Amino acid sequence: MSYRVVVNFDLCESNAVCMQVAPEVFEVRDDDFLYILDETPAEELRAKVTEAVQRCPKQAIAIAEG
Amino acid sequence: MLIVGASLAGMRAAETLRLEGFEGSITMVGDEPEPPYDRPPLSKEILSGEWQADRTALYRPEALEALELTWRLGVRAVGLDIAGRSVALDDGEVLRGDGVVLATGARPRTLRNAEPLDGVYTLRSLTDALAIREEFLAQPSRVVVVGAGFIGAEVAAVAREQGLSVTMVEIAEVPLQRVLGAEMGAVCAEVHSDHGVDLLMGAAVGSLVGGDDGRVHQVVFSDGSRLEADMVVVGIGVVPNTEWLEGSGLRLGDGVVCDETCLAAPGIVAAGDVARWPNKLFADSMRVEHWDNAVEQGSAAARRLLAGAAGCAGASYTPVPWFWSDQYDRKIQLAGRTREDDEVKVVTGSVDERRFAAIYGRAGRIVGVLGFNRPRHVMLYRRLIASAASWEEALAVAEGDG
Repeated sequence: MSYRVVVNFDLCESNAVCMQVAPEVFEVRDDDFLYILDETPAEELRAKVTEAVQRCPKQAIAIAEG
Repeated sequence: MLIVGASLAGMRAAETLRLEGFEGSITMVGDEPEPPYDRPPLSKEILSGEWQADRTALYRPEALEALELTWRLGVRAVGLDIAGRSVALDDGEVLRGDGVVLATGARPRTLRNAEPLDGVYTLRSLTDALAIREEFLAQPSRVVVVGAGFIGAEVAAVAREQGLSVTMVEIAEVPLQRVLGAEMGAVCAEVHSDHGVDLLMGAAVGSLVGGDDGRVHQVVFSDGSRLEADMVVVGIGVVPNTEWLEGSGLRLGDGVVCDETCLAAPGIVAAGDVARWPNKLFADSMRVEHWDNAVEQGSAAARRLLAGAAGCAGASYTPVPWFWSDQYDRKIQLAGRTREDDEVKVVTGSVDERRFAAIYGRAGRIVGVLGFNRPRHVMLYRRLIASAASWEEALAVAEGDG
């Protein structure tokens, strides 16, 4: 089943933990903003994305199914 | 499963058990009456009044519901029987589990020789944060923050942003000296003086003196000098909550002493502020008080229990500790295991502009990275630290990245 990565940019503070956990999907650039590299990552990345969701200090990331 | 401690580490353990398919009962024991809440906002958004208390909830009610947990909140664990894997509570109940997670956290250290006085606070719980917020609103004429660690620094920053007069007192010559070293500690000090905090470094607090009203009105230093204060916030570190485990047979030593997989005894794991374990990546015994470690270790400890139940060996827990601190408009992040005498090199940005990253090296390896508004670089070097990269490799990356 496919899934989509959703970031609430009002909450995101660019701590960049997500980038450490899943660099294939998340990137914080030198402008200090978070960029989503892949909004619909492959199933193999789900565990990493789930960990990024859990480890975001601002609870700014969610997975939307379907 | 029995999880003692219903804050971040305990909750992530519970969540991980469910994610990994555990369908049995999970009982959460917590000494605070509130449903699990998040602590980082306490010294930031709650103190400033930007957030109401309910925004600190760790889970939305429906998400909490979905975990199907059994709750024992507002009760304290008072004893553990290792062989029976049972925990006695202060209301007389005894709970048993096939696996037990110890996640009882830590509590603030308090000043010695301090009489109980009004207007003196530590900051750990939501109740603490709301009480300090109330005091801030009453416009105290001088707030004295004892301890220039990260909690003290965040309290000082919020107090200044509220327009209050703040004196920060620290026993070392610069803030965070033992962690960041003299040079970077001095940068942290400058951030506060830039924002109008009076800094008293190298100052040891002897006692606090109250008036007839029972409220603090002076801080007395060990050299006899005095400072007027009508509010004092003490942030001088924490003590792990292990007293309830004394006599249980578990090894205690500034925390619950675990093996490299977070196992404290068969079927018993520890996670979060209370857990001490040998981190093989740094060849060092650690007890880490950071938010991110509570998340990661809570999960690791839960997986360790499941592995044990399945007859498998557990995985070594080898994280690169990381945390952030928001002070004024700066986001300060530190990853790794730094010490005062490490080599320090600024690899990007400008210290004067307070936007830079510096790496820490020891014994030929990169062991830490400090960032001021440089999250990308902190994570870049954190990955190098995780891969046990050499100092030379780290310098080469710095050369290529700027």
